[in-house]
Amino acid sequence: MNNILGLFRKSGNQLETGGSAGLQPADTRQCPSCKCYETKAAIRKNKSVCPHCGYHYRIGARHRIRMIADPNSFCELFDNVRPQDSLRFPNYAQKLQNAAEATGETEAVVCGTASIDGQPCALFVMDARFIMGSMGSAVGERIARLFEYAAAQQLPVIGFTASGGARMQEGILSLMQMAKVSGAVGRHSEAGGLYVTVLTDPTTGGVTASFAMQGDIILAEPKALVGFAGKRVIEQTTKRRLPADFQSAEFMLQHGFIDAIVPRARLRETLAGLLRLHAGKEAR
Amino acid sequence: MAAYQKLKAARANDRPTASAYIRQLFENTLELHGDRKFGDDPAMLGGVGWLGDLPVTYIAIEKGDSTQERIRRNFGCPKPEGYRKALRLMQQAEKFHRPVVCLVDTSGAYCGEDAEQRGQGQAIADNLLQMMRLQTPVISVVIGEGGSGGALGIAVADRVYMLENAVYSVISPEGCASIIWKDAGMVAQAAEHLRITAADMVELGVAERVIPENFEQFDQMCEQLKNQLLSDFAALSALPAEQMLQQRYARFRSIGQYQETENA
Repeated sequence: MNNILGLFRKSGNQLETGGSAGLQPADTRQCPSCKCYETKAAIRKNKSVCPHCGYHYRIGARHRIRMIADPNSFCELFDNVRPQDSLRFPNYAQKLQNAAEATGETEAVVCGTASIDGQPCALFVMDARFIMGSMGSAVGERIARLFEYAAAQQLPVIGFTASGGARMQEGILSLMQMAKVSGAVGRHSEAGGLYVTVLTDPTTGGVTASFAMQGDIILAEPKALVGFAGKRVIEQTTKRRLPADFQSAEFMLQHGFIDAIVPRARLRETLAGLLRLHAGKEAR
Repeated sequence: MAAYQKLKAARANDRPTASAYIRQLFENTLELHGDRKFGDDPAMLGGVGWLGDLPVTYIAIEKGDSTQERIRRNFGCPKPEGYRKALRLMQQAEKFHRPVVCLVDTSGAYCGEDAEQRGQGQAIADNLLQMMRLQTPVISVVIGEGGSGGALGIAVADRVYMLENAVYSVISPEGCASIIWKDAGMVAQAAEHLRITAADMVELGVAERVIPENFEQFDQMCEQLKNQLLSDFAALSALPAEQMLQQRYARFRSIGQYQETENA
């Protein structure tokens, strides 16, 4: 009789179908998009983009910096700002430790200065592998300091977002980082500073509702998930599967919320070009 | 009262909603509609009126006080056009040097297909950016629920008040419980751990004042709230605009707790 509820339940809705895990050799990856197998080496050589369908794999912050910044130009800043379990939230201290061990990072964002094709800039790169790139006090503090530093040094800011939103384990303090960073973005902007955001997979929640959407120029990687509310939350309310491109970079472009979609292979030259354009004649 | 009791009190159906405060706090009001871009959001109210002798702009999230009203008000979950209407009225207030009172009462910004299409994230992001540099005093009062980014979208203020049983949270305790414990039944524990009460807000530097509740003598309660608003607006208006903005920035700049290790 333990299936009695099943009698009154509609048969599996769209949300409950699909998805299966396959076997794969250790040194290959199956593309989540086209399902093709490829060696990890070949994917990495192609800037972690699937050589078959162009799917952009998620990448860590250091990997991103190596891809974008001139060799040896990156100088890390504010990594002495570290997260703490202020609210003594269940399992948070352990979660922080696990994330640090898994990624080698101390927080979900890496900040610093660098040059891109010779053009100097301040840079922040979020790392989705660190507790889903979520924003707590230390993430907010690092980014706010970077904008203040960039305003004082008259540097443009390039920011790569990858985040599930505010970090719930720091409660209301996380939410307030949205306002804190917005204030710092505003001051950098009033000082005439250029801010370019690159939205990468995934950029959602409180990060979308703050500094991700505050760039003078907003770029995105192809197919990146970009949205405010979680797709699952919306789907479970409506009991209806949303269109495949819902909350994608392409969806955001179509609705007028981002400036351009730039494939990873062209990101470095595009950012360098924008930095040069805003630096003026002598940089041409 | 434990956090979960406060959560239930903040959501109680018989709790006064924003319109009741607007009627009691302000005189000679005129509600102003629309964002001038897409439409008018019934969940977000705004208008002008008198707070005692002070002309003010008010902005409020209205949940509705009957089933029919709650449906019409989308249960107090504003859409992008709501946040854009709020910003339009705040910038109008700035032009005419009117202080702004924001009444916050929402479980969160609306999560729906149309809200995403019209840029819910962008609308809130813009409010945070613009409110941080709005050259007129802003006081936000959380009168019931302060639900995440949807609340913050009208709460980047010089002062934040919490009603005694109001709550303010980064995520609904239900959402938190289902993510952390995979069990929606752990709501009470989640509410406790998230630190959502008025006292928590004051302790964490998120709010300045706790307003005592007395719904039986609502007029007296609102009179006290009105006097508090007038007194804080007088202090804020006495500051040069630059200094007020500096203080607002410093207010949010100081929120957050982290470690700072020696530079290597």
